[in-house]
Amino acid sequence: MAGKPVLHYFDGRGRMEPVRWLLAAAGVEFEEKFLKTRDDLGRLRNDGSLVFQQVPMVEIDGMKLVQTRAILNYIASKYNLYGKDMKERALIDMYAEGIADLDEIVLHQPYVPREEKEANLAKIKDKARNRYFPAYEKVLKSHGQDYLVGNRLSRADVYLVELLYHVEELDPSVLANFPLLKALRTRVSNLPTVKKFLQPGSQRKPYEDEKRVESVMKIFS
Amino acid sequence: MSGKPVLHYFNARGRMECIRWLLAAAGVEFEEKIIERPEDLEKLKKDGKLMFEQVPMVEIDGMTLVQTRAILNYIATKYDLSGKDMKERALIDMYAEGIADLNEMIVQLVITPPDQKEAKISLIKDRTKNRYLPAFEKVLKSHGQDYLVGNRLSRVDIHLLELLLYVEEIDSSLLAPFPLVKALKSRLSSLPNVKKFLQPGSQRKPPTDEKALEEARKVFKF
Repeated sequence: MAGKPVLHYFDGRGRMEPVRWLLAAAGVEFEEKFLKTRDDLGRLRNDGSLVFQQVPMVEIDGMKLVQTRAILNYIASKYNLYGKDMKERALIDMYAEGIADLDEIVLHQPYVPREEKEANLAKIKDKARNRYFPAYEKVLKSHGQDYLVGNRLSRADVYLVELLYHVEELDPSVLANFPLLKALRTRVSNLPTVKKFLQPGSQRKPYEDEKRVESVMKIFS
Repeated sequence: MSGKPVLHYFNARGRMECIRWLLAAAGVEFEEKIIERPEDLEKLKKDGKLMFEQVPMVEIDGMTLVQTRAILNYIATKYDLSGKDMKERALIDMYAEGIADLNEMIVQLVITPPDQKEAKISLIKDRTKNRYLPAFEKVLKSHGQDYLVGNRLSRVDIHLLELLLYVEEIDSSLLAPFPLVKALKSRLSSLPNVKKFLQPGSQRKPPTDEKALEEARKVFKF
């Protein structure tokens, strides 16, 4: 046993990608066991590894954790990316939850039926440009610090930067009016652990193409 | 200023009810500012109190917090309902998120168009009896303790109690095959703070009827 966390999911972004980002940013090496077939999922369900029969699931420190937020909360606490006290944590949670709301629409884009893709994309662009990115730009402007909370890196920065990249893939000019967000992204991207994760060959996953979507649908149908 | 938390929402369960439950279970008195007209919501937005232009919003300890989970996490931590360490918290979070998933389906039922309601109810019943209640029965069986995590009351017991009451409103027979879950429900309902909250006249909200839904639609334009 390596002692490294083991991530159980399909070979794609989905709901596991923020977990990969956070572990990577924290400099934690992790292994991945990819579900390729319906049987792989069935096996995990049958051996009682999935409390609610669902993935993501992460084996970490003797636990088999499911539910993305439970996993992220644990990693953030363990690696000191969750603020210094209750009040900082409240801000981090508030910011992370806003990002999660936007991410929920973004992560579905590859999986949305073809005839609904345009409408979903329009929704992403609208929410990013008019609700979420202005809110985070305002936070950074309000204190002028390098990170969202407490003047140091937290999970909220890592999650936001991940989303900035993902939304930009779908809407290339989205960051044009958000200079502080751009600066945050550059700053976080230059941290050694994040820089490494951004290189080709890392465990970061690409945008799910049609072939990937098709094989994922088969696992979960 | 009373120092009490102030809850901003409309007069219904929605996404604020779990917060009311947790505060009540923790014995914390709270005030509510009910959003009745579109202007009330607009004012909150204009005053910059809603980070993402949304409610629930809770004023607590000098902060203006939005996002249900951020609010619940803060309350749970402050009132020691979040486990004794990181690992207990991981279990609490895991179980609470499962509850939130099923609760989300129930919350959405209120705004589901009539022609889709039956299918949704069917799915809720299926998930309740085949996925979620078995999971919690298994947890309780595995350690034989009186609470879900750490042998003492935590936020997740309260979230589960709330959920069980909603499940019963949909179909009271759904709990029948789960004796340990039923026993937990009885135990929790007898705790003084919970018992008080379950009485008529408390700040607990009734099921959202058509009239309340119409009022909410006017304000929130959905």
